[in-house]
Amino acid sequence: MPALLITGADLLGHGAQDVLVEDGRISEVGKIRSARGADVLDADGLVALPGLVDLHTHLREPGREDAETIATGAAAAAVGGFTAILAMANTTPVTDTAEAAERILDLGQATGLVDVVPVGAVTKGLRGAELAELGLMHRSRAGVTVFSDDGHCVHDSRVMRRALEYVRAFGGVVSQHAQDPLLAGPQACAHEGELAGRLGLPGWPGIAEESVVARDVMLARHTGSRIHVAHVSTAGTVEVLRWAKAQGVRVTAEVTPHHLVLTTDLLSGYDPTFKVNPPLRPQEDVDALREALADGTIDAVATDHAPHARHDKEHAFVDAAFGMLGLETALSVVSDVMVHTGRLDWAGVARVMSHNPARIAGLAQHGRPLAEGSPANLTLVDPAAETTVDARASLSLSRNNPWHGRTLRGTVQATVFRGRVTAEKGALA
Amino acid sequence: MSTVATAGGRTRRHLLSSADLDRAQVRAILDTAGEMQGIQQREVKKLPVLRGRTVVNLFFEDSTRTRSSFEIAGKWLSADVVNISGNGSSTSKGESLRDTVLTVAAMGVDALVVRHSASGAAHQVSQWVDAHVVNAGDGTHEHPTQALLDAYSMERRLGSLEGRHVVIVGDLTHSRVARSNLITLRTLGARVTLVAPPTLMPSGIATWSQVDGFELSHDLDAVLPTADAVMMLRVQRERMSGGFFPTAREYTVGFGLTRPRLQALVTANPDAVICHPGPMNRGLEIAADAADAAQSLVLDQVSAGVAVRMSVLYHLLAGEES
Repeated sequence: MPALLITGADLLGHGAQDVLVEDGRISEVGKIRSARGADVLDADGLVALPGLVDLHTHLREPGREDAETIATGAAAAAVGGFTAILAMANTTPVTDTAEAAERILDLGQATGLVDVVPVGAVTKGLRGAELAELGLMHRSRAGVTVFSDDGHCVHDSRVMRRALEYVRAFGGVVSQHAQDPLLAGPQACAHEGELAGRLGLPGWPGIAEESVVARDVMLARHTGSRIHVAHVSTAGTVEVLRWAKAQGVRVTAEVTPHHLVLTTDLLSGYDPTFKVNPPLRPQEDVDALREALADGTIDAVATDHAPHARHDKEHAFVDAAFGMLGLETALSVVSDVMVHTGRLDWAGVARVMSHNPARIAGLAQHGRPLAEGSPANLTLVDPAAETTVDARASLSLSRNNPWHGRTLRGTVQATVFRGRVTAEKGALA
Repeated sequence: MSTVATAGGRTRRHLLSSADLDRAQVRAILDTAGEMQGIQQREVKKLPVLRGRTVVNLFFEDSTRTRSSFEIAGKWLSADVVNISGNGSSTSKGESLRDTVLTVAAMGVDALVVRHSASGAAHQVSQWVDAHVVNAGDGTHEHPTQALLDAYSMERRLGSLEGRHVVIVGDLTHSRVARSNLITLRTLGARVTLVAPPTLMPSGIATWSQVDGFELSHDLDAVLPTADAVMMLRVQRERMSGGFFPTAREYTVGFGLTRPRLQALVTANPDAVICHPGPMNRGLEIAADAADAAQSLVLDQVSAGVAVRMSVLYHLLAGEES
């Protein structure tokens, strides 16, 4: 593989430098006049970030390859600036064994586009009753560290306690989909509030999330284990997290791009594109989430990329599948809503979209400083370029894109994975 | 009627929500319904106005009452009426709602009367097909023709509803009848009070009531004396297992139109009327004496249903070049 010279990139917004990449690593940073035989990538005017890491991606392989495969999800990720994505366990079959995890790892490696890191199920079959083979998944070649029943809440307090205790032995973490199934049942699909009342849609109250997070941080405190809260959606959860962090509880949390921008009033036309779990919330919650991301109460942005075939979305609202696409638009959304508004600088974006998620997931090859010796996983962003999202242009197999038609400021221009350019200007390289 | 551009690029008028109708449109529909009701008295009950037009009653949820009402309405207007029962809303059946609806529409349909157990279904259907869509009840959202026939029946007895006090009592959370009635009654200038225990009130209703200008109460006895009309909603017994209220007995004591309450109502206002969208749980939300009282509009409502639905189909379809 030839060397790669990236010229004039603004490293985390701290000033323009040249970056030389050799053998998959950053070999030099500074003023580099020339590098013989190297491919040159002109990054003048672009911001360089460490490759983005997504803690929360749904690929549909195995089981629903018509909605997304590992290869198409990896392609969407590369175009979106990601170099590592964690693949949630709710496939068919569920990723609840070492063999299943290794299979996903291998299919991911074969793409050569991103590291696809399997998330293991906490419980067998995501049924919430018996622990999955957590230790065997960790000992496997996949080295599973993050465990989640995402899509389902680990609701049984005893099961949750045991899972937290058990994974502590090998530095694992449980990522919890916080949803009390009695307060927000399977039909719950709209933020419980005035609009849900008018629309006659079953309400999904914030308290169903907040009460589980409150319990879980107490369990984490009691067991001394790490807990990660997936897709935080309410101001109340932010309050609980703030309190828990102040107590020294080992809790981390993520927010999705859609919960940072989109609000529940989008449901007024009953368009299932906007049906997601947890549901879109009112503006007060959105404001609290932005603030929490800026001040570090929320550690990471994670996409919850959830591709669905058209025919799984084209049902009546309560019957349609939950979820929306996110990999290709995440950086642009964060740039637009956090950077262009002054809430985060580019170093902050690197923190919430690369350093922190890599640290939470224990990925040694990602989220590293842009310095000599680091693995050459980088994302180049044009902070000024505007993109109008076109759902049809997606590399995902699915089209459930809530951002279609929106114009966002800040665009991924290129992604470098292990020293190789994987994507440029919205297409695979 | 809401006018919506269809997938085919044409615009189609629909009746999806009671909020689609302004006061003049409600007036026009109710006035036409009055003329239509005259036809019900005739020996030959046919008008040729929708000859050659096809109306499909697409019912994903059983409802003999509403379906027959639409069927008779369409037939008396000389439309070809076809009843199709879709089975359920289950995603496990394989076919999406859109595919089901497009299949029906592809047969050449002028109007689709849609009933579905899911809120918003008629709204979604209207965006997929090139036909007029009438919402015949969508989940716990709305039932616009029920509200129109209720208003029609009340006006027949009470005259103009402007400034009249209508009290709606029961399971508001799960009632599409309540939502549509609330809107139509407010459109006609009535004062509306919703009465239910807090567990049977829709989420966010406190804000909603302020925005839309209606009243809330948990005390039926306090509001009955000023009522011109009382609408009792059906209470489904399965709500008890959902913990919405403890027992049928307790519900009846708190929120039923019992014989003593009937007395209180009639004493305060002998001209007050009693409505129920049916089917009634006699003895639960409404005492038999109240259901059969001279003040009861229950059978008037059923008869008005046909006339009002004729009027709605007429306003949507007649005079339009297809």
